[in-house]
Amino acid sequence: MENHAKLAAHDMNLFFGEKQILKNINIDFPEKEVTSLIGPSGCGKSTLLRSFNRMHDLTPEAKIQGKLTIDDQDIYHPSQPLTQLRKRIGMVFQKPNPLPKSIFDNLAYALKIHKYPKSEMEDLVENALKESYLWDEVKDDLKKPATKLSGGQQQRLCIARTVILRPEVILMDEPCSALDPISTHKIEDLILKLRSDYTIVIVTHNMQQAQRISDKVAFMYLGELIEYDTTDVIFNNAKKELTRNYISGHFG
Amino acid sequence: MKKIRHILNWTATVGSAVVVCLFLGIILIDIFSQGWSSVTWHFVVDFPRNGMTEGGIIPAVIGTVLLTLITTVFAVPFGIACAVYLNEYAPSNWVTGLIRASIRNLAGIPSIIYGLFGLALFVQTLNLGTSVLSAGLTLGLLSLPYIITTTEEALKTIPNSMREATLALGCTQFETIRDVVVPKALPGILTGVILTLSRAAGETAPILFTGAAFYINGLTMSVNQEFMALPYHLYMLSTQHTSIEQVRPLAYGTAVVLISLVFILNLVAFYVRYKNREKA
Repeated sequence: MENHAKLAAHDMNLFFGEKQILKNINIDFPEKEVTSLIGPSGCGKSTLLRSFNRMHDLTPEAKIQGKLTIDDQDIYHPSQPLTQLRKRIGMVFQKPNPLPKSIFDNLAYALKIHKYPKSEMEDLVENALKESYLWDEVKDDLKKPATKLSGGQQQRLCIARTVILRPEVILMDEPCSALDPISTHKIEDLILKLRSDYTIVIVTHNMQQAQRISDKVAFMYLGELIEYDTTDVIFNNAKKELTRNYISGHFG
Repeated sequence: MKKIRHILNWTATVGSAVVVCLFLGIILIDIFSQGWSSVTWHFVVDFPRNGMTEGGIIPAVIGTVLLTLITTVFAVPFGIACAVYLNEYAPSNWVTGLIRASIRNLAGIPSIIYGLFGLALFVQTLNLGTSVLSAGLTLGLLSLPYIITTTEEALKTIPNSMREATLALGCTQFETIRDVVVPKALPGILTGVILTLSRAAGETAPILFTGAAFYINGLTMSVNQEFMALPYHLYMLSTQHTSIEQVRPLAYGTAVVLISLVFILNLVAFYVRYKNREKA
């Protein structure tokens, strides 16, 4: 039994000015599973990912056709409250981007914005840090500037900052590409743990990573969705030759 | 042949740098050597006496400080708000282009024109009279383009990933600007603001028609009064006074005080920038 589709795109086209970046995308991401988006650089994976939490809104030349949904609600409907939507669909970026504040305040800020009561903050921060396997490393200096953490710790802090708001979906845009193998391993462990509570969509260039962490894999090429299936099928029994070639490293 | 060219280039660039420093050095040495002896505590805090041939310059010091404060209150919030609009909100279309072009051109207008404009707008049309308020507003207008430009430069140095971080958390664009972008750019903004104000404090032409007085009895205590200002006082002592030779030491003393004031402001700007670099 497949879980119900949490996020979906129907007949979606995306243009930057005259240039078409995404072509007729139809895809749905099942609830509480990890889906990897793979494909060569410039194929539109990140662009697709960023469409779901409307990060293109600030780019005036970006135009989106078709329909994107979360729980069958139209993400781009004018009545959709943008800040609430982004609370429901969290995002972790390629480069760790902690705010220029202390470790504690990085997390507390997210709570403050969404008007959580002050009395709950300390507990929620502690929980989020534990949830992202960071608590033991930072519990004694929560007042330290977040920028003083290592890259891997910063990225786990960014994940903590996302999960502290209890989103329904977490979008991850190559979260490990700026990290060393040990930090990458920790993040992958974390993703596998988060899988039971969140719907996760992750863009990755790392084939082993996609195999290790994902339930389903979508292969994209030149703005089109070429093949979308379970991880096992994509890596061992892909139907399209293009997919097989990419997986085996013949191009990309 | 290549080596000769290299030596020539090196000499030309280093030579230019030395010449610039030389001019600054000559000006400073001349003013400080001639003016230092007249600068005493007494000189700074005393009133001018005997037709300004004796005594001190306290009304001009107070006048310049008050003037700069008014300029700050007017120009800094407006300038920063305008820069935030241009850099964070404005779409890139011809209207924005027009605004930017206007700002660039404002920066190129001679300061005496600002003086005449201030006279027409603040003194006459808005009926504020020749006062420290009119002069401060005029100087504020003059400072605006510089504050806008430097603030925008500071905002541009904030990477987009910073903005995305908070937007993705569900912050509004305003919250992102208020809580992340402006605080992060603040050292750069402050540096630009202070340098601009230190320039404005030394301007003479814009205050000439708008409120600066040759001589006033007592101190300027309210914004609708005329005032004495250091640069104008200096101009007056060196060219308009009846006995120029006699007041020359006082003129040099005034120059020393004015330069020191501006220098202190610049030091503050350097300190702010240094502190920021240390933190980063």
